[in-house]
Amino acid sequence: MIPAAQEHRERAPETENAPPRHHPLDSVLRSEVLPHIWCPGCGIGVALGAFLQGLDRAGVPVEKRVIVGGIGCSSRVVYYARADTYHTTHGRAIPFATGIKLANPALHVTVFAGDGDLFAIGGNHFIHAARRNMDLLVVCINNFNYGMTGGQSGPTTPHDARTTTTPNGNFEFPFNLPQLAAAVGAVYVARWTTLDVRRLRDCFTEAASRQGFRFVEVLAPCPVSFGKNNDIGSGLDEMDYYRGLEQVWGSAGGLPNRIEVRETGDLSETEISLHRPIIVGKFVDRPRPTFLDNYRAAAASRRKAP
Amino acid sequence: MTEKSPILTGAHFMLGDQACAEGAIYAGCRFFAGYPITPATEIAERMAERLPEIGGQYIQMEDEIGSVAAILGASVAGVRAMTATSGPGFSLMQENLGLGFMMEVPCVVVNVQRGGPSTGLPTSVGQQDMMQARFGSHGDYQAIAYSPSSPQEAFELTIRAFSTAERLRTPVLVMMDEVVGHMRERVVIPDEGKRTILSRRLPSVPPSEYRPYRVGDDLVPEMALAGGGYSVRMTSLTHDELGRAVTDTATQAVLLPRLLRKILDHREVYEEYELRHAKDAEVLVVAYGITGRSAAGAVEEARARGVRVGLFRPKTVWPFPAEAFLRAARTVRRVVIAEVNMGQVALEVERLVAGRCPVARVTSPGGEVFPPERILAACGPERVAQVRT
Repeated sequence: MIPAAQEHRERAPETENAPPRHHPLDSVLRSEVLPHIWCPGCGIGVALGAFLQGLDRAGVPVEKRVIVGGIGCSSRVVYYARADTYHTTHGRAIPFATGIKLANPALHVTVFAGDGDLFAIGGNHFIHAARRNMDLLVVCINNFNYGMTGGQSGPTTPHDARTTTTPNGNFEFPFNLPQLAAAVGAVYVARWTTLDVRRLRDCFTEAASRQGFRFVEVLAPCPVSFGKNNDIGSGLDEMDYYRGLEQVWGSAGGLPNRIEVRETGDLSETEISLHRPIIVGKFVDRPRPTFLDNYRAAAASRRKAP
Repeated sequence: MTEKSPILTGAHFMLGDQACAEGAIYAGCRFFAGYPITPATEIAERMAERLPEIGGQYIQMEDEIGSVAAILGASVAGVRAMTATSGPGFSLMQENLGLGFMMEVPCVVVNVQRGGPSTGLPTSVGQQDMMQARFGSHGDYQAIAYSPSSPQEAFELTIRAFSTAERLRTPVLVMMDEVVGHMRERVVIPDEGKRTILSRRLPSVPPSEYRPYRVGDDLVPEMALAGGGYSVRMTSLTHDELGRAVTDTATQAVLLPRLLRKILDHREVYEEYELRHAKDAEVLVVAYGITGRSAAGAVEEARARGVRVGLFRPKTVWPFPAEAFLRAARTVRRVVIAEVNMGQVALEVERLVAGRCPVARVTSPGGEVFPPERILAACGPERVAQVRT
């Protein structure tokens, strides 16, 4: 039982037929600033809910939670989550979070941002934080375009997809994020869609219990921009689109109850193309000394030296 | 085993860059994020060597954009933090300097200036980033910038920069130059506690009553730290007293003027300058950083020749010590502004003089310091020539 849900259940029953006044996540949300800014059908709220439940289950206390966002729709989660939150500059959430983590290693620091923020303008910070194995949980909401500015192409826009800046179809190739994260040193790499609410929640619980650079990609509908431009339809239609195309990495098909990381495999399979299978799952889960482990060891060895 | 003091009290023979690093450590800086760049690299090297042994954190970032972001992060978690760079890196830092001004995060950014534009003169002197220090990031803001003219002063003004940053909750710049950074001189580091170092004010109320940007008469909000249980909310967007993003003109009209006044109403916190032979001066030379030393030479030479030349040397270049300058310049017949650029702080000096007397610019495209003679010559050819005959 998660603490928030427990609290909810102990409240007096609400009047029949009246809209519920309490949400199970009220204690970990800043419900006073709701409603949120996200469009109808947007997947970011689902991802935030799964994230908050996952952190609750992992036992990360609210006062130890830090969330850093960059700029864009996804980074706006910092306004709604109860934690120490920092809404920074476009692409710079990872180095800002790096400073916080190193200044107070007792904190659990998460970066929440979009695909454009993390992999276009912030790409350099991402690869270096992963290389250093900085102890951060980085959550990328990938909606395949720049939503806040109205649906321009970005570094994860699938080849041939239409956006406002690729009216004839995207002639560039996208990043394959799990492959990229694994290649640059992340110790935990997973991808789910906002259809996989419970798997996503469990993924966050697991990621929060690991040390080092952890990367979770969440595929999320952006119906007003990406969905509309690519004839996918509403948010619900985009979920349906996921349902038709999702395949767990290494499985024979369908979605198993228990997700294990496959020992070996070719992560080039996780590239996303329009109307092609979407590979989801956990791709990497390996321990590696963190930046701070190595920094402390180096400082101690020097002190011992004559 | 006794715990070694992090402060290296005593007399040293060290680089200006190293003195700057030692000033930071003296002021309690325990976090440095940087990227190698001539002529500021020695600051990073000193910090990389010193911080691990005193329980501090050094990190070499992927670029200067990340360096400023990282020191802001360290500071919001309660650790005094600094970065150091030169022109090209300073350009990259402008974005997150703006974030520091907006979120009101204390930190210190050092620019050991070289000649520009672009890669320019990596190994030789310039003072060409002074206007960038004042106006380099987008949006209206008020920068505070110190400019030391010796390694000892690099030590002292870096301490002062931390104290000011903490007191006013703002990024503070130390605008060094290549010659001061690479000059090796005697630097005396005092005992711990011999310098005034102010600290940011932490919340005086429990979390339930905390309003992140509520201010009193001094316009500086109390600062809750990450991990302190205050559910901190900080944003780069225009925000209200609660730290909520409210992007309307009314909120902006409250926030932005306060951010400017917070700095301008506290000159006593940061303003420093040196006057030399200014009382009876007919000519007042204005110079800062390494040029301040050439100018001091010029002033002494003029006096030796019986010409009444004085020196006004702002150690705080931004905000420019306008009242002090105008007092010193009240009776002079000529003002000379010397700087290793094509005329930047000159614009401010000319604005203040407002045509009341001639202002002579002594300029340079960069690469070397002025010989005192060039400044002397600008003090009035007729006067200097008169004495020579």
